[in-house]
Amino acid sequence: MSAVMTPTPTAERTVPAAAHDDRRLSMARLTQVELRKMFDTRSGFWLPIAVGIVALGTVLITVLTGPNENHTFTHVFGNALIPTAILLPLIGVLLVTGEFSQRTALTTFTLVPSRARVMVAKLAASVVCSLVALVFCLAVAALATAIHPATGAGAWTLHAVLLPQAFLYLATGMITGVAFGAALLVSAPAIVIYLLLPTIWSALSNSISALEGPSDWLDASNTLDPMVRHGLGTTDWLQAGATLALWMALPLAIGWWRVMRRDVG
Amino acid sequence: MQTLGRRAHPGTPAMLPAMIESKSLTKRYGGRAAVQDVSFSCHAGTVTGFLGPNGAGKSTTLKMLCGLTPPSAGTATVLGSPFANLTNPGLRVGVLIDASAMHSGRTGRETLSVSASLLGVRRGRVDEMLELVGLDSSAANKRVGQYSLGMRQRLGIAHALLGDPEALILDEPANGLDPEGMRWMRGLLTDFAGRGGTVLLSSHLLHEVEAIADRLIIIAGGRIVGEGTADELLGGGPRTLVRARDVHGLRLALREADVSFTDGAHDELLVEATADDVGDVALCGGVALSELRDARDGGLEQLFFSLTSNGSDEPSKEV
Repeated sequence: MSAVMTPTPTAERTVPAAAHDDRRLSMARLTQVELRKMFDTRSGFWLPIAVGIVALGTVLITVLTGPNENHTFTHVFGNALIPTAILLPLIGVLLVTGEFSQRTALTTFTLVPSRARVMVAKLAASVVCSLVALVFCLAVAALATAIHPATGAGAWTLHAVLLPQAFLYLATGMITGVAFGAALLVSAPAIVIYLLLPTIWSALSNSISALEGPSDWLDASNTLDPMVRHGLGTTDWLQAGATLALWMALPLAIGWWRVMRRDVG
Repeated sequence: MQTLGRRAHPGTPAMLPAMIESKSLTKRYGGRAAVQDVSFSCHAGTVTGFLGPNGAGKSTTLKMLCGLTPPSAGTATVLGSPFANLTNPGLRVGVLIDASAMHSGRTGRETLSVSASLLGVRRGRVDEMLELVGLDSSAANKRVGQYSLGMRQRLGIAHALLGDPEALILDEPANGLDPEGMRWMRGLLTDFAGRGGTVLLSSHLLHEVEAIADRLIIIAGGRIVGEGTADELLGGGPRTLVRARDVHGLRLALREADVSFTDGAHDELLVEATADDVGDVALCGGVALSELRDARDGGLEQLFFSLTSNGSDEPSKEV
C-alpha cells in the first residue's frame, strides 16, 4: 500500500493479526510472575541470601551455646523462624514499593489493568514464598540439631501443630510486609516503619504500665511468637487475631485503597 | 528526498473504524484542567503524531487512553473497547509511556522476560526483540540502571513490540535517541504502519514527528489546537523553493510547463509544485538546479509555534 523503503525487521508479523491468544491471564501465571519479580532484582538477589545467613547463624548459635534443653529440634526450629519472619517480609515490602519507587507500576498496570488482581497475585506469591521459607527453616534447624543435638529423649520431636502454625506465622509476616509496602508505597519509609513500629510499641508497652493490658493483645512478640513454640489455646488465638488485625489487616486495607486509587506515572 | 511519512492516502477515511479513539477526554486536577475536551481518532495503517509543548497534556491523554489515569469526563477506546476491557492488552496494544519507568535493578533482558512470561509469548521472542532494537547481549545483560536514556527507549520499544500488537501508543519515544536512532525508529514505525498497524506517538519536537507521522494532532494547554496532515494544516498545495545559476532559464522552463511561481529572496523561486515536479520541469528545460527544497518545512514549524505559544505551557484554569 505504501512505498516503504526501510528493510523489513525480522520477527514481526503482518498486522492485523490472525488469532491471538486472548485468554484472560490466569491467577497462576500472575502469581508466578510476581514470584519472579521478587527475586530478579539486585535487592531480590541479596535479601534472601541475607535471610538465609541470619537464620543459619541463629540456629548455629542456638545449638552451640546455651542450655541443653534449647538444643531440641522444636526449639531450634522456632529460633530459625523468628528472625526469618522479621526479615523475609522485606521482600514483600519491596514487591509493592518497587512498583512505585521504580515506577514499574506503569508497565504492570498496563499489562494487567485490574490492579486488584495484581495485588492478589502479590499476596499469593508472598504465601508461596513463605512456604519455601518454612521448608528452609526446617532444613537449617535439622542441620543444626544434627550438629549438636540435645541429650536425652525428645531431641527430634516436633509437635504436628507447630508446622501449620509456623507456616501461618511466616505467611502473615509476609502479608504484613506487602501491607506496609502498599500503605506507604515508598521503599525506605516502608522498610523503616515496618521494622521500627512494632519494636517501638514493644518498648513502650514494656516501660509504661498502662500499656501492659493492650500489649497482651497487640504486641506481636507476646501474641504471635508463641505460634512457633507451642500449640495455641483459644485466648492465644484471639490475641493473635487482634494483633494481626492491627498490624496486618489495617495496613493492608489502607494499602489496598491507596494502590487502587494511585495515579501511576 | 525519502518521503517515508507522506503516504499515498494518508487521510482519514471516515468509513474505516477508529483503532484508537479519544472522545471528549478531560482530566481535571482540583479545579485545573490538564486535558480539556480532547477528541481524535487513529486509523489502521497510519502513524499519528501527537504534538505539543511540555506540559500540554500529551502524557495525561495517553495515560487515559491506556486506562492508567481515570478521565474526569469523556471516553477512550482502543481497538474498539476501553483499554481495561481488553483481555490480554499486551498482546493487542504495545505501550511505552515512560522509558525511565523500569526497575533499575533488573537487567534489560529480564525486564522483557518478566513481561514475556506475563503475556505468554513464546520463548525466543525476547531475544528477537532485543536484536530488533539493537541491544546486543552484553547490553541486554546489564542492569537497566546502567542504561542511557537512548538504550532505555530502545528497550521500551522492544517491550512495546513484545506481544506482537496491532497498535502502538508511544509517549516521547524519540526522546534520548541519537540521529541514527531516530532514523531507525522512523523506519520501524513506518514499517509497522505499512503492514496495517496503528501508531500513536507523542513528541514535543516537531521535527521528530513530521517525518514519521501521516497526521498531526497539535495540543496546547490541554486542548487540541490543530489537526490534520501537514498539507491540511498548512493549507494550499505543495510549495517548493528552488535555485539555479540560470534563473532566467528556470523561469522560462516553469512558464513553459505552466507551473506558477513567485520570485523569492536570493534569486530563489517559490514554485507551487512538488520538488519532484520541479526537478522534471528543470530537466525538460535543460536547467541545472543548485538547490531544491520543500518550502513548507519551515512553515509547519512556524505554524506549530504560533499554535502552541499562547502561554500554553500552563494548562488552562477552566473548571
